Amino acid sequence: MRRSLLLIGTLAMALSACGNDPTPLQYGPKPDLPEPQRGLLPEMVISRPANWGNEQPTVPQGYRIAAIATDLKIPRQTLVLPNGDILIAEGSGGGAPALRPKDLIANYIKGLGKSVVKGGNRLTLLRDADGDGTYEMREVFADNLNAPYGLALINGAIYVANQDALVRFPYRDGQTKASGPPTTITELPSAINHHWTKAMAASADGRFLYVGIGSNSNITERGMDAEVDRAMVWKIDAHTGAHKPYATGLRNPSALATQPGTGQLWAAVNERDEIGSNLVPDYLTSVREGDFYGWPYSYWGQTVDPRAQPQDSQKVAAAIRPDYSLGSHVAALGLSFSTPAMGARFAEGAFVGEHGSWNRKVPVGYKVVFVPFRDGRPAGDPIDFVSGFLSTDGKARGRPVGVTVDPRGALIVADDLSNTVWRVTPNSPQADLSRTGIISPVIN
Amino acid sequence: MFGAHVVVAMPGSMSRRPIHPLHAVLLAFAFPLFLGALLSDLAYWSTFEIQWANFSSWLIAGGLFATAFALLWALINLFRSRPASRRGFAVYFFALLAMWVLGFVNALVHAKDAWAVMPEGLYLSLVTALLSLVASWIGYSGFRAGDVT
Repeated sequence: MRRSLLLIGTLAMALSACGNDPTPLQYGPKPDLPEPQRGLLPEMVISRPANWGNEQPTVPQGYRIAAIATDLKIPRQTLVLPNGDILIAEGSGGGAPALRPKDLIANYIKGLGKSVVKGGNRLTLLRDADGDGTYEMREVFADNLNAPYGLALINGAIYVANQDALVRFPYRDGQTKASGPPTTITELPSAINHHWTKAMAASADGRFLYVGIGSNSNITERGMDAEVDRAMVWKIDAHTGAHKPYATGLRNPSALATQPGTGQLWAAVNERDEIGSNLVPDYLTSVREGDFYGWPYSYWGQTVDPRAQPQDSQKVAAAIRPDYSLGSHVAALGLSFSTPAMGARFAEGAFVGEHGSWNRKVPVGYKVVFVPFRDGRPAGDPIDFVSGFLSTDGKARGRPVGVTVDPRGALIVADDLSNTVWRVTPNSPQADLSRTGIISPVIN
Repeated sequence: MFGAHVVVAMPGSMSRRPIHPLHAVLLAFAFPLFLGALLSDLAYWSTFEIQWANFSSWLIAGGLFATAFALLWALINLFRSRPASRRGFAVYFFALLAMWVLGFVNALVHAKDAWAVMPEGLYLSLVTALLSLVASWIGYSGFRAGDVT
């Protein structure tokens, strides 16, 4: 196997259009967009899994990290409940049929970088009753779900975005197990489900839920018909389930978050592959009603992608530019806004979980970054917040997905390769101004 | 019973012997499948209907799979042939090899997503189909009797 991978790698290098891998400016509002390039084989470098051993991810000085749950079944996103309990969505969706010989081969190769554990299709609840940082209680809150991903707590209920439906569990503070099967609020588009994750965020007033629905292909190779109701964010009435497209042309809006204070919806979006190591930048952007971001016709505003045919020049003309590039192929799958309880350096901004690349010669992502904000907008380059998921010999020991800020001053990171949930906290407690105004009880 | 095997080789005779029936079956995949790929590429070209591109991918893959064995057979024949008649076997082998290599490149081009297949995929399908016709023509014309098949 290793030999055949090596062969594929060598072939890829021999057949690739370009030998070097210059790293252009990839962060911020105006990333460099090189010419598209594609050799006979796409650039594929799969970081093979490895164990952590005694090591842990790296966090900035003054912070520490701990694994608060291990041996999970593909943890993706987390939700911090008002009493501090953590809910973890575990599952694996998709399973789009292979349509071409290429799909069979590519799926096999990409699978080499994933966990072999079967998705749990459940919600696991963690509790740290005494506040010592050890989550000593672990319960299955609900199971028999269908690849749950997005989570939200509003109006005394827990909303779960399965890969095919938005469902609701009643919830009272301190509950550790769902009282019964959930109520379906609305079906979600799930035919084919090439990009199956249904990211979710609630509006500030709790009336609406925003759900991200990824495209059914990389770049329409399953046909335009497969893209009806795809590559968009839905706005759903949390009570009635009535829904409408809120913003479109977002290839895979795999993380959504509502900005504290402004109530503005933000999305982390995964852009298209197979036109080079430095195209197309994944991005972080504020999303307003009616926005169109170009997919499949164009990227980063109005740069036309001729692979999508027939083209639509009116749509291209309407495409808007995202706010902030995170870099091509980083695979941003988690997004959470910070609070002052995270410490002065990381008080204003957003954490982004980057699952890591496959379509790039030099792997990128495989870390959690902090995008600093000023006046409610991104300002400055991303800062590594949790890194070291890739070992020095290029093996992946973990892959971050969802990130959630605990208002008490912690970042919860779901890792779907090592099946771990990590918790990063500042060593010295910070005044928790955002929520209760009291000092965090965790003292070191 | 097998006509091919009762032909007696005469010194200086130009009588020709067909390829082995199984070799013929394998070679028979080449032209129909590569021609089919060309036609479905033309259909994709004119309709943007992605399913035609998927058909092309599978037709090319099928053509490559079957003709890989024919190619191997041709190579063995080339080695086993007598020096006097080697040229015929060599022409056949290299025609088949050229078809197969271009067909493989074409398979990689057809592994690109959506319209990225075009126009290179269409051109390669045309050349591969022509080469499969040439290789089949040579192969089915038979080789000088008395040599291995």
